[in-house]
Amino acid sequence: MDPFSSIAVALENLLASLGFADWLIDLIMAVLRSAILGTVALLAFMFLTWLERKLIGRMQDRLGPTYAGPIGILQPIADGIKTLTKEIVVPKGADRWIYFSGPILAAMAALAVFAVIPFGPDTGNGPLVGTALNVGLVYVLAAGAAGIVATIMAGWGSNNKFAVLGTFRAVAQLISYEVPQLLSLVAVAMVAGTMDMVKIVDAQTVPFIFPLFVTALLFLISGVAESGRSPFDLLEADSEIVAGFHIEYSAMMFALVQMAEYIHAFAISCIVVTVFLNGWAWPFLPGLAPIWFLVKCFAVFFILIWFRGTLPRFRIDQMMAFNWQFMVPLALVNVIVVAVVDRALSDAAGWTSASQPWGWGLVMFAANAVMLLAALGLMSLKGREARMRDAEKARSQSAVAATGR
Amino acid sequence: MTAQQGFFVFFSLVTLIAGLRVVTARNLFHAAIWLVLALAGVAALFAVLDAGLLAAVQVLIYIGAIAILIIFAIMLTRGMMAPERRRLNSWSSTGAVVSLVLLIVLVQAIIAFPWATPGAALAEPPADSVVTLGKALVDPNQFVLPFELASVLLLVALIGGIFVARERRGGE
Repeated sequence: MDPFSSIAVALENLLASLGFADWLIDLIMAVLRSAILGTVALLAFMFLTWLERKLIGRMQDRLGPTYAGPIGILQPIADGIKTLTKEIVVPKGADRWIYFSGPILAAMAALAVFAVIPFGPDTGNGPLVGTALNVGLVYVLAAGAAGIVATIMAGWGSNNKFAVLGTFRAVAQLISYEVPQLLSLVAVAMVAGTMDMVKIVDAQTVPFIFPLFVTALLFLISGVAESGRSPFDLLEADSEIVAGFHIEYSAMMFALVQMAEYIHAFAISCIVVTVFLNGWAWPFLPGLAPIWFLVKCFAVFFILIWFRGTLPRFRIDQMMAFNWQFMVPLALVNVIVVAVVDRALSDAAGWTSASQPWGWGLVMFAANAVMLLAALGLMSLKGREARMRDAEKARSQSAVAATGR
Repeated sequence: MTAQQGFFVFFSLVTLIAGLRVVTARNLFHAAIWLVLALAGVAALFAVLDAGLLAAVQVLIYIGAIAILIIFAIMLTRGMMAPERRRLNSWSSTGAVVSLVLLIVLVQAIIAFPWATPGAALAEPPADSVVTLGKALVDPNQFVLPFELASVLLLVALIGGIFVARERRGGE
């Protein structure tokens, strides 16, 4: 019995001995669970802002924050104090209700994802999860979709043409990248046989990143695009649209928008760990599964920070072309290939993920490798065609210019 | 009044009030946001009635796609920023008559339906309702034909939309 379940059981017994009714105990425990989940997410956000600034600094050959606290560890607290004491400037003509509820709804949608992520195993008191929904995967996507409406409200409520322009672009990007995200989760649900996040962790006899790595790549890339991080951060880059849809927000409202974005990115990392890296389970540290789970989530978030520090930004038309001409066809082909190979394996050789995990994993890995190589080969062929066409055009143009003179 | 009934009443009130505000809001964008709230209320009702998949899909599709497209259409409408538009046009009397007829038809249909006895407990949904739904959608004896026809309809709408909105090259 791990420490968290023991504390929960002891608290329930204490409340029962104090004479509270059953339903009141359930209500109190549920409220406490939600409060703890929210607090964990917000503390993680604090830590992640510091981590990102230090790591980006190191990647850019500088130190990052060093003044506040020993290695700048108190920097998020300094940021919080500054944010709390700044004045909230409401633009003239802004729609007050919508202006204020946009960032709040965005933060709510980002935090809502943590309700279904399992943090630990079932040690007699139920799995360590907010609520074990049997449609956890779809719920996660729905929470992201609710955040898009919040983006619209934030951009529109600012009474600023640049904010509205930024909103248009943001929504176009966000709803486009939902499609490969959904399709990759469809492949996972097919292989795991369930949409319940708790059961998906149990169904991974071999971590799904190995037999389903094209799916994992698709989900990671579309997750990065969904949370608006670099290299997809056209929506709020200073050199592009001057902070985009949150240009008119200051102080606490801006902090809410930043919080929503970081927590969304952290939620994507948690989902990647749960669905592809076997959640709290592999390799197993007895008794402290939630800590190990959080370490893995931070490792995946490190990859997101790495993307930010390394890759240049996409243009909006490049981003849309990448999604609709590469990711969506690849995601569709991926669903078909995964379904066919999984079924063929189980019919022909009786290898399923349950009976023969590593053999099944190897064959699926080979199928995924073939698919990825075919996709990349096709892309490089098209790239070569485009390059030759451009070279041809440049040659003919310079020939015309030479003879025309 | 059990907890389920209490939640049902609360979410129904939210949905009804939001639906009323959709048609009475002066600002069109506010009406769209009230619509989002009404759709969220319906999703909450699905969740109260133990239809988890329908609730999640309602949020994902209605709020995450349809409401956003409605808001896009509103934002791209010229002259939308003026809040004081005339609320009733010349069709308002015809509209009132049609609404009254529709109300009478709907009330008759609701009265004539064989509802369960009031106060009886709701039937328990099957434990694997998602699996049952999935199997029902592809079972040749059940709902595979409407399912496939709906997919074809969506494909036709998608192709039609792309065709109508494609770039016209010069001279067309």
